[in-house]
Amino acid sequence: MEAHSSEVFVIGLTVFFLACIIGYYVVWSVTPALHSPLMGVTNAISSVIIVGAILAAGPQGFDTSKIFGLIGVVLASVNIFGGFLVTYRMLSMFKKKTNKKKENK
Amino acid sequence: MSSNMVAILYLISALLFIFALRGLSHPESSRTGNIFGIIGMIIAVFTTLMFKSVLSYYEIGAAILIGGAIGSFIALRIEMTALPQLVAAFHSLVGLAAVFVAAAAFYDPVAFNIGKVGSIKISSLVEMSIGTFIGAITFSGSVLAFGKLQGTISGKPIVFKFQHLINALIFLLIIFLIIFFVVNQSPTIFWTIVFVSILLGFLVVIPIGGADMPVVVSMLNSYSGWAACGIGFTLSNNLLIITGALVGASGAILSYIMSKGMNRSIINVVLGGFGGEQDTSASKDNSDKIVKQGNAEDAAYIMKNADSVIIVPGYGMAVAQAQHALREMGDILKKEGIEVRYAIHPVAGRMPGHMNVLLAEANVPYEEVLELDEINHDFPMTEVSFVIGANDVTNPAAKTDESSPIFGMPILDVEKSQSVLFVKRSMATGYSGVDNELFYRDNTTMLFGDAKKMCEDIVKSLSA
Repeated sequence: MEAHSSEVFVIGLTVFFLACIIGYYVVWSVTPALHSPLMGVTNAISSVIIVGAILAAGPQGFDTSKIFGLIGVVLASVNIFGGFLVTYRMLSMFKKKTNKKKENK
Repeated sequence: MSSNMVAILYLISALLFIFALRGLSHPESSRTGNIFGIIGMIIAVFTTLMFKSVLSYYEIGAAILIGGAIGSFIALRIEMTALPQLVAAFHSLVGLAAVFVAAAAFYDPVAFNIGKVGSIKISSLVEMSIGTFIGAITFSGSVLAFGKLQGTISGKPIVFKFQHLINALIFLLIIFLIIFFVVNQSPTIFWTIVFVSILLGFLVVIPIGGADMPVVVSMLNSYSGWAACGIGFTLSNNLLIITGALVGASGAILSYIMSKGMNRSIINVVLGGFGGEQDTSASKDNSDKIVKQGNAEDAAYIMKNADSVIIVPGYGMAVAQAQHALREMGDILKKEGIEVRYAIHPVAGRMPGHMNVLLAEANVPYEEVLELDEINHDFPMTEVSFVIGANDVTNPAAKTDESSPIFGMPILDVEKSQSVLFVKRSMATGYSGVDNELFYRDNTTMLFGDAKKMCEDIVKSLSA
């Protein structure tokens, strides 16, 4: 890490505020009918925290940090698979049904 | 892989996450969006696995498989009515994962490039403890929300004296602990922060009633994002910061929409206690007023002779599992040439958009399902409003009676339609404890009974 630590923090802060603004506009454009899938997706992507868990679980050998990392990987994976799958299930219900409906009867 | 390459791949993955959310602006683009999200996640995971320091592929692979299997199993089996519980449970896992990652960074700072054990950089310590604090609150708050939604714990708000003062003191204590932790970097204090934050998470959700859960679930959604952000700052990882901010913003907006749907400030919801201590005796005595009762045949007759029907479903409809019978009823009416539409109040379900998912599951085409501001001006031109399992969201007192606890709440103007059919189990008040004057109007017919049974009976009479 060559950059000065306060510089790194300021870059992070810049990224943070810009991302908040993007989030604000993108989320307001989501149609209210899809607010439940929105929660499913955000739940899945917030598990990108798995990146940190993998770094902790990465080194060979076994120490406290590695065990914590592996637990983190398991927890985040539950969410990633669960979140994307449940969203997929919800979204496939929102397909156009105009043709299918007659068969259903 | 060079650090620039890593940064670029992480950037691509962050952009894909933004597209995943953007796709949700329309049902037709939403499935592509979900795939973008999945690709983004795969890129993020594989990029991290390429790090020089990451060597234990077998252990990590096994951990991903175990977690993935559990997650897939749950996601494929869950009933759509139980969606809010599932989401709450998933939020708790994000919170817990954040705590574990922060703990791992604390015990092995070298792996994260933030210093050595005992001499971790101060800025990293602050970020780490904030991430831990938010993560732990998200964890325990979500566990409690899960319990309340699942019915394991009573949904009644639990209030006691000095509740807010105690919470404020605990919050101050956590700030002191964090300062202490930054100074002496002791593991004991780290775990004290974890446990006190877990306690605070419980105390924050305990006073909030079952019907306020849409706001709480959205708020915890937001917290899980901020927790990811905190960890992102600790690890100086832009991908985590961006994703955390997106999720945090999303949850915050949903909480805002939900509390606005109930005409209450977020602070009012968070302080809690609503719904449990309403003085029901204060509502006007209506025992002398006349209620017009009807049965399924009457309802079938009224609707068959109408040109347009708007169905207003509420959570009671979902509890009775009446959505399929309701859709069948709608289909028959449509075949008769009657215009059938559905009006959804923002807080109709137990989480944002819940009612839309339940109707979509019952094969109701999404074009027929409209939001409050899309359909509200159509009620005066509508002959029949069919209210099923909803009550407070139709109560005109919200517009006229300033003393009513629901005054100011946006409502669906069913009163303006020519006649109103109310499917209800009894005359009981809604969750707000307020009597609904609509029940006593001349053009209102009450249909007492189970929502599902009633829809099935109406279907029978219609097809007879």
